[in-house]
Amino acid sequence: MKTAVIVFPGSNCDRDAAMALEAVTGQKPAMVWHEETELPEGLDFIMVPGGFSYGDYLRSGAVAARSPIVNDLKKKAEAGVPMLGVCNGFQILTEAGLLDGTLMRNASLHFVCEKAPLLVETANTRFTKGYADRKEILIPVAHHDGNYFADEATLDRIEGEGQVVFRYANNPNGSARDIAGVTNAAGNVLGMMPHPERAVDADHGGTDGLALFESVLGKLS
Amino acid sequence: MSEAVNPRYAEGITEEIALDHVTADEYEIILKELGRAPNLVELGIFSVMWSEHCSYKSSRLHLSKFPTKGEKVIYGPGENAGVIDIGDGQAAIFKMESHNHPSYIEPYQGAATGVGGILRDVFTMGARPVALMNALRFGDPKHPKTRQLVAGVTAGIGGYGNCVGVPTVGGETNFDKGYNGNILVNAMAVGLADTDKIFTAAAREPDFPVLYVGAKTGRDGIHGATMASAEFGEGSEENRPTVQVGDPFTEKKLIEACLELMSEDAISSIQDMGAAGLTSSSVEMASSGGLGIELDLDHVPQREENMTAYEMMLSESQERMLIIIKPGREHVAERIFRKWDLDVATIGKTAPHGRLVLRHKGEVVCDLPLDPIGENAPKYDRPWFPAEARGSIDPADLHQPEHLGEVLASLMGSPDMASKRWIWRQYDRHVMADTAASSEDPADAAIVRVHGTNKALAITTDCTPRYCFADPFEGGKQAVAEAWRNLTAVGADPIAITDCLNFGNPERPEIMGQFVGCVEGMAEACKALDFPVVSGNVSLYNETDGVAIPPTPAVGAVGLIPDMSQRMGYGGLKDGQVLLLVGETRGELGASLYLREIEGQEKGASPRVDLAVEKRNGDFVRSAIRAGKVSAVHDLSDGGLACAAADMAMAAGVGVKLAYTGALPVFAWMFGEDQGRYLIAADATDAEALRADAKAADVPMDVVGLAGGRFISINGGHAVDLIRLKQAHEGFMPALMDGEPEARVAE
Repeated sequence: MKTAVIVFPGSNCDRDAAMALEAVTGQKPAMVWHEETELPEGLDFIMVPGGFSYGDYLRSGAVAARSPIVNDLKKKAEAGVPMLGVCNGFQILTEAGLLDGTLMRNASLHFVCEKAPLLVETANTRFTKGYADRKEILIPVAHHDGNYFADEATLDRIEGEGQVVFRYANNPNGSARDIAGVTNAAGNVLGMMPHPERAVDADHGGTDGLALFESVLGKLS
Repeated sequence: MSEAVNPRYAEGITEEIALDHVTADEYEIILKELGRAPNLVELGIFSVMWSEHCSYKSSRLHLSKFPTKGEKVIYGPGENAGVIDIGDGQAAIFKMESHNHPSYIEPYQGAATGVGGILRDVFTMGARPVALMNALRFGDPKHPKTRQLVAGVTAGIGGYGNCVGVPTVGGETNFDKGYNGNILVNAMAVGLADTDKIFTAAAREPDFPVLYVGAKTGRDGIHGATMASAEFGEGSEENRPTVQVGDPFTEKKLIEACLELMSEDAISSIQDMGAAGLTSSSVEMASSGGLGIELDLDHVPQREENMTAYEMMLSESQERMLIIIKPGREHVAERIFRKWDLDVATIGKTAPHGRLVLRHKGEVVCDLPLDPIGENAPKYDRPWFPAEARGSIDPADLHQPEHLGEVLASLMGSPDMASKRWIWRQYDRHVMADTAASSEDPADAAIVRVHGTNKALAITTDCTPRYCFADPFEGGKQAVAEAWRNLTAVGADPIAITDCLNFGNPERPEIMGQFVGCVEGMAEACKALDFPVVSGNVSLYNETDGVAIPPTPAVGAVGLIPDMSQRMGYGGLKDGQVLLLVGETRGELGASLYLREIEGQEKGASPRVDLAVEKRNGDFVRSAIRAGKVSAVHDLSDGGLACAAADMAMAAGVGVKLAYTGALPVFAWMFGEDQGRYLIAADATDAEALRADAKAADVPMDVVGLAGGRFISINGGHAVDLIRLKQAHEGFMPALMDGEPEARVAE
């Protein structure tokens, strides 16, 4: 399996993402610096990690979405390569126009870090087929700008197309319709605020995130 | 008087300007040392280097009482942070530091830059920071400023730590009217490094280039160290411009760039620019290496125009480091720092002459011998007298509470005891994916796995200011003992401590007496428990209009759990298990939480710590954990046995039936704060074997309760529902901060 993690100045979950990918695939991912113009060939999966790219200055994810590497990321998305943006990665993917909606400041105005119960809305995606037997999973959230917003028409459309993949059981940030994770129309790009890469280890955060990586990386037993 | 020096003041300097910088006596010393009058830049340098904050002039004499060496100590005090051996060629590097004065004046930036500063102390030595802790003390919850200060400090700590991507895994928060005018913000950072890749600050060779890296220098924080060395009075808010402004994004880049450069063979020595910025970093590097240093200030990257030499040398702009680089390796640093979009500039060189020489716009603006600035800075043996001893409290003289369950609920909901979820929910506790236990978990210490291994660090911060105020010596002992106990309770081998000694004005003998008492008590406990002090910080003048804070020697401690599978917490209580109390109970209620919260009295002697008993009981508990005979362990501290039992019950969602038939009044048995005690949970079938082990180890241990049901009761009565306890426990902070009358309690 060939995987990659994109690293921006201020990314801080890049190591966590790499550890999760290595745990599932047995191979280290390529760590790709944002100033590169091309991702490695033949990737099976790309992760845009969490953190505070460019300090979240201007608007979370806005500066990173204009990085040189993002042009190729868009091409890979169009070509159908599966990719996951977590937290700041989700913000970057929306800012890059790869996913609908935007992430606003939490309704509480506070940063929130907790283990969030999530409802798996559909097991009928390449990211969630491993959750066929489970309705609720526990995945940590840690963000200041996780309040998902889109206009009503967009929300209706993505709901109708089955693009809403995860919902909060106990909405921690004011997200519209409790949305925690969405895909693009083609279903190969997933963005989510909760951190599945922090839930792949019983000694840290539990193991409820494992099935997501196993699903998308074809490692389901 | 140094009458021989003529003129007594350099051009442009008046007596008033001189005395704005140093005391009259200190000015005389300067004249004598230099044989001439100092110019303004030089005066500024003396002023910050001889400030209490940088020189430790009131405390140094007593700090030497701490044991600082040990089998596992690699570097003790004197470096940027303490370094301990954790086996397998790895080291833990840690320190705690105060940012009290700035956090009161500007809570967000004060707290944020406190976190930034302590992180730099740790990664300067080559460590990747892996955990942050904080010890916070605020004023009376009802004081009009408290809520705003809690909100600002919490947001500042989170804003910085979350962004740099180092988990904030634990800490403690107290409220006491004694902090109304001076809050305490003590931040601790812990990092990991390989023992053969540790960097120090001392300059090694003359004629090595001096590199400035990181953020540009601005006019912020000028004289911050001086401000942090003075009492507050009317108009302290006007000090706001002396508070620095933090940029965690730059810090994150600086961490990565420094660690990248450290992996190359380029750095000779490295030092962060903390308090007194460029001045203290350059002076410390040169003087600890017995060398001199020459800087050309024209090359210092500047954020603002027309900065003077005085401003550049005294600025406390954040996220800057000074590196002495191996000659010819400058280009390696340039490549790495440019990659991370950070400034890098060669601003000078080391020199053999033992002087600090500064040039600006082609002129020498400072030429000072280093010894009097650093090593030979004034040291004071300040007069002190010990605190008056308090009598012990006889429970028979107190009211007998009617409903012990209700008393327990009010203690669990009292400001010091209540859940601080409102605070720690704003801290990223999981980034780096090695947090095994943090504030949210039922454990007496945070547990952070050593990345890529099966061992873990246990980390705690502790201090009970009530005790330190009642009896500085016993309180100092207790702070260390409680930290040791907390590490033990999670199954760790305690290794070493850092400290943050927060006190009032040392020029007052009673305050100096508190300082000396606490230091001597801590030193005694550190010796008895083989728990050396490897780093630390002193914060004096925490005083407003003549009112000092309670003495608060915060202890930050680190231990090692050799095998992650043997870590322990207090959440593992199961229905049908027995609760066993380790240690002896005499019902000590002096200076207790019970006395303060229920009787409204702050009196009585603090509980005594018998260090031999502390060690014996702790060693027994640790061996029971490692033998796999217990499922939950909790140390006993504030609120005594009943509050510990309540914590365990709430964490597990299982009630506890307590039983006591001894001679003490039941409330004294339940809420007494006798030291050296633990509550452990075990299967009934294992209890006998445990008791036999305890007896063999000469450790007192009794069955005090049985787990089951949804209530906590005592001798079959006084029952209080776990839901009620949880509401009380979770209710205080939201009510204070959001004005919500009812706590959010999970179903």
